[in-house]
Parts: sequence; C-alpha cells; structure tokens
Amino acid sequence: MTKKDKAKAYWKENIKYVLILLTIWFSVSYGAGILFKDELNTFKVAGFKLGFWFAQQGSMYVFVILIFVYVRLMNKLDKKYGYDN
Amino acid sequence: MIINSIIAAIGVQDWTYILVGITFTLYIGIAIWSRASSTKEFYIAGGGVSPWANGMATAADWMSAASFISMAGIISFAGYDGAVYLMGWTGGYVLLALLLAPYLRKFGKFTVPDFIGDRYYSKTARIVAVFCALIVSFTYVAGQMRGVGIVFSRFLEVDINTGVIIGMLIVLFYAVLGGMKGITYTQVAQYCVLIFAFMVPAIFISIQMTGNPIPQFGFGGELADGSGFLLDKLDGLSTELGFAEYTEGSKSTIDVFAITLALMVGTAGLPHVIVRFFTVKRVRDARKSAGIALLLIVLLYTTAPAVAVFARTNMIETVSDKPYTSMPEWFKKWETTGLISFKDKNEDGNIQYLANKEENELTIDRDIMVLANPEIAKLPNWVIALVAAGGLAAALSTAAGLLLVISSSVSHDLIKKVFKPSISEKGELVAARLSAVGAVVVAGYYGIHPPGFVAAVVALAFGLAAASFFPAIILGIFYKRMNKEGAIAGMVVGILAMLLYMIKYKLGWFDETLPDKSEWWFGISPEGFGTVAMLLNFIVSITIMKFTPAPPEDVQDIVENIRIPSGAGDAVNH
Repeated sequence: MTKKDKAKAYWKENIKYVLILLTIWFSVSYGAGILFKDELNTFKVAGFKLGFWFAQQGSMYVFVILIFVYVRLMNKLDKKYGYDN
Repeated sequence: MIINSIIAAIGVQDWTYILVGITFTLYIGIAIWSRASSTKEFYIAGGGVSPWANGMATAADWMSAASFISMAGIISFAGYDGAVYLMGWTGGYVLLALLLAPYLRKFGKFTVPDFIGDRYYSKTARIVAVFCALIVSFTYVAGQMRGVGIVFSRFLEVDINTGVIIGMLIVLFYAVLGGMKGITYTQVAQYCVLIFAFMVPAIFISIQMTGNPIPQFGFGGELADGSGFLLDKLDGLSTELGFAEYTEGSKSTIDVFAITLALMVGTAGLPHVIVRFFTVKRVRDARKSAGIALLLIVLLYTTAPAVAVFARTNMIETVSDKPYTSMPEWFKKWETTGLISFKDKNEDGNIQYLANKEENELTIDRDIMVLANPEIAKLPNWVIALVAAGGLAAALSTAAGLLLVISSSVSHDLIKKVFKPSISEKGELVAARLSAVGAVVVAGYYGIHPPGFVAAVVALAFGLAAASFFPAIILGIFYKRMNKEGAIAGMVVGILAMLLYMIKYKLGWFDETLPDKSEWWFGISPEGFGTVAMLLNFIVSITIMKFTPAPPEDVQDIVENIRIPSGAGDAVNH
C-alpha cells in the first residue's frame, strides 16, 4: 500500500465508525427521547416512563459510552495503520 | 461531639465567608504557581495538559452559572421540556469528540479563527470568524459576571455591584497572570468545588425523600413515606394545580427537536470549548479528554433533573394551600430579596399556587430551586454555604475561559495575524494580557449595567455558534473541495439569519410589540432557530462552492494531513 492509499483506507474506516456511532447518538436522543417519546411512555421502568427517562437520563449515559467506544476503536485503528506514535 | 456542636453553632453567613475565602485563596495560589511566560503558555497552556486535567477543566469551563444555579430550576418548572437543555448541552460533546476535537488538535494552532483563516486561505474568513467569536463570547460572559454578583449579594449580603467587582478582580488576577495555563489549573480546582457543592445537597435530599442515596435512581423511586412513586405523585400534584403533567411538558415536538439540535451543535461550535482541545499533547488525548469531560459533566447533568423533581415536590407541598403565617423562615428570607412574592388575591390567608394566572397568588424565581433547596430541605448550614461557593466556582471558571477567547481573538487573530504581523513574541504576550484586562472591564461593566437583553440573549449564543462556526469547521475537515467563497458566504448568511430572527422574535425590535408565537417560522422558537440557520449555512456554502474555484493544492494537503492522527507535534508558534 502506498502512503496515500493507506491514508484513504484509514479515513474510510474512521468514517464508518463515526456514522454508526452517530446513528446511535441520534436514535437515543432524537428518536427515543423526542420523536417516539409518547410511544415509549406507555412502558414504565420503576417510577420512570421510558420516553421521559431517555430524554432526561438515558440518552446522556449513552453519549458518554459512545465517546469511550470511539476512543477505543480509534486507538485500535491508529495501531493497525501505524499512526499511533 | 465537641466538633459537631461547634460546626452546628456556626451560622450560614459565617460558613459562606469561610468556604468562599478558602476557595478564592486556592484559586489565587494556583494562579501564582502557574504563571504564563510565553504566548504558547498563555493561549494553550503550553500544549502539554493531561487528558484528565483537560477533561476536568473543560467540564468546569462548560458548566456555567446557568448550569449550576438555573438549570435544575428551569427543569423543575418545565418538566419534560427541560430535556432540551439536558440532551442539548451534553450531546454536543459526542459531535466534538467524533467530528471536531481530534482534527483541530492535529491542526495544532492557537484559536478557532486560526483554523478558519488557514483552512480557507483568507484574511476575510479569519476576520469573519473573529467577529463571530467575539459576538458569541461577549453575550455569554456578561451573564457570568451577573451570576457572580447575584451569588455574592444573596449569600454575603453585599451589593450586587460590589459582588461583580470582587469577581472581576479575582478573574483578572488569574486570567491575566496565568492565561490558559492559569485558567486550566484553576478550572480543575473549580470543577472539584462545584461538583461537590452540587452533589452533597442532592444526595441528602434524595435520602430524605426516597431513602436512596443516588439521586439518579431516587427520583424514579418510591417515596420514603410509602405513598407510591415520586414522579406519579408530582404528575398528580401538577395536574391538580392546573399545570401540564410533569413528565409530559408543553412545547411542540418540532420545537423540542430544533432547540435540542441547536444547543448540541452550538456546544460543539463554541470557541471557548473547542480551544480547550488545543491544550493536550496528542490527537488520542483530545478524543479521550472529550470523553472524560462529558463523563464529569453528565454527573451533574443527570443529577439536575432529580434535584428538579425533589425541589418541585417539596416546594408545592410546603406552600400549596397553607396559611401564609405558617411559612418557614426561608420563605420570608427569599421574599425580602424579591425572588418570592405572595399576593393574597382572595384574602383567605392561604397561599394558592396555581397555573391559572388570574388566581395564582405566588410567584417564584426559578433560580431559588437550587439556591434555596438546601434550606427548604432543612439541611445543615455548611451545606447551604457550600452552594454559594459552588455557584461562584461555576461562574468564575466559565467567565475566565470566555475572557481568554476574547483576548486571544484580539491579540493573536487581529493584531498578530492581520494588523501587525511583525509584532514580537514579547509584544504579543503584552497585547494578550492587555486585551484580557480590557475584556474583563467590558464584561464587568455589562455585569453591573446589564442591558435588558442580556438574559434573553445568553441562550442564543448557542444558536449563533451553530449558525456560524459549526458548518465551516465540519466542511473544512470532511469536504476537501470546500473553498473560501463557500465558507465565508455560509458563515455570513448563517449568523445574519440567526441575528435577524433573534431581533425580530426574541427582542421585538422590528415591531411595536413582540410578535406572537403563532408567527414563528415552522413553529420554531428563537432558541431553536440555530438549527434552521445552520442548515442555511450548509446550503449556501455548498451552493456557492459549486460555482467557484477549488481550494489550492497546499490547502487540500492540509486537509489530508489533519485526517491522520500521527505526528501531531507541538503547536508551532507561527
């Protein structure tokens, strides 16, 4: 692989990760917390209606997890392509 | 035993003096220890900050007087709708970590206009960016100085203006002396103070009401007195008094969507947040510290909605249909500050707190929900005083971060990069310090003489950042073909659209009276309009780009280079 091809391949994999993680980011906040909140509110977990819980708690926990997953994935990817110096 | 009785004997005011005194001494000590001796230290703390320190500093930088003092109160009055702030002010960090921070760190300069100016090979682009950074930061910083003044006046019973001046002097001392280096390490200390001050009362109250020491679980739990789930009870109390059900809210779905998106994207576009990621050593540190920052922020942000529920329930139960004469001491105390007011309309001697404006007899300022919460829950004096120290830490840390953006915009982006490139390193450092002094004085002036529109405008700083920076930075990284013509046109159109909508529908300067909600475009409030203005920016940028020449080779090379994490050397002094 030339230097340029390597950079391209790395970028492609990065974009794939970003798109997957942002899909989850969108689903928990705009999906579960806003657009489908009323449907989810028919379910209850302890005292929380589920849509309300996603909007005021759950989505934020998922945000934190998403970033740390990205950190891990990218550290591995950097290593794979030798960009981890 | 003896120590316990001594602690109990000290009054709230003395505790406040003690805690505020200790924390201020700490901040000043840190500032003296971490003086900046070069522009690199002044702008980006030398570029060697560890991911944890940067994460803590970012969290303190981010959580302002509004997050600490006002947010839980806003949520407790808005119910479900408060989610726009919770998701909006945290979700932006996902965008920052995945789309901005690593690349801007690799780019490795000092400011956001640096990136815009170099990536779009244009002085005009840089100046437009400086202008946007100044508008965003000034609207935001005035609110912080005001916050400092309010905390001082309520807890130490000094005049608000004296409070603002004391706050100004403290910030002046460590921002001017230490620059980013001093600010970073004071922010680390301020994070510890503010999170402790927020969590302690929340935990106490959670145990009191639900028996669960973790507020995040407590507010979904059952009440300690066995009368069912707390949230069900609050829903019931709210509807009884004529309010919307707490867990339902009353904003339209499209508006909730638009506000959340504007706040998220605005967060990712705020210069004082972005610049924090220039201070770490490597690209991987930038990613990691974004994660740490969000973790530390979410600790407070997931507690706030619990505090909101506890405070609202407590408050309704204490006042609703109770005789005015039986009100506890805190009620009278906050009444004298004008934050609570009671007018016995039906003259029955009882307090009617109702949604119906005609019959409602009680008005409560939402800031009280956090400030008076410990008193309402009858917590010990030192906990009440702790809230004052926490509020000050939140306001000062954010103010300092913003002041640094303002001073570096002037000394680096305008003086060094545009007007006087020949200025020496020493000269630029002096200019940076002088601009910091100037910025503190202006911010203090607006803290003492707040123009009527400040409070209304602070929330809109996010819309302005969303409409201007975010698209220009994203396109600059992810779209190699994006050129200066497109980016400049996009930023100008975006920020103008946001300003005009704000002036028309928030400030009402174009009409005799403020236009009604029904006239909002697509039913989107001014707070949510940043989303529309951002889309407009993207559309204009891409359209103009199609009809204008591609950026030169060397700029395209910059883009390829920032996409690769390795070799992120120290930020070079250029």
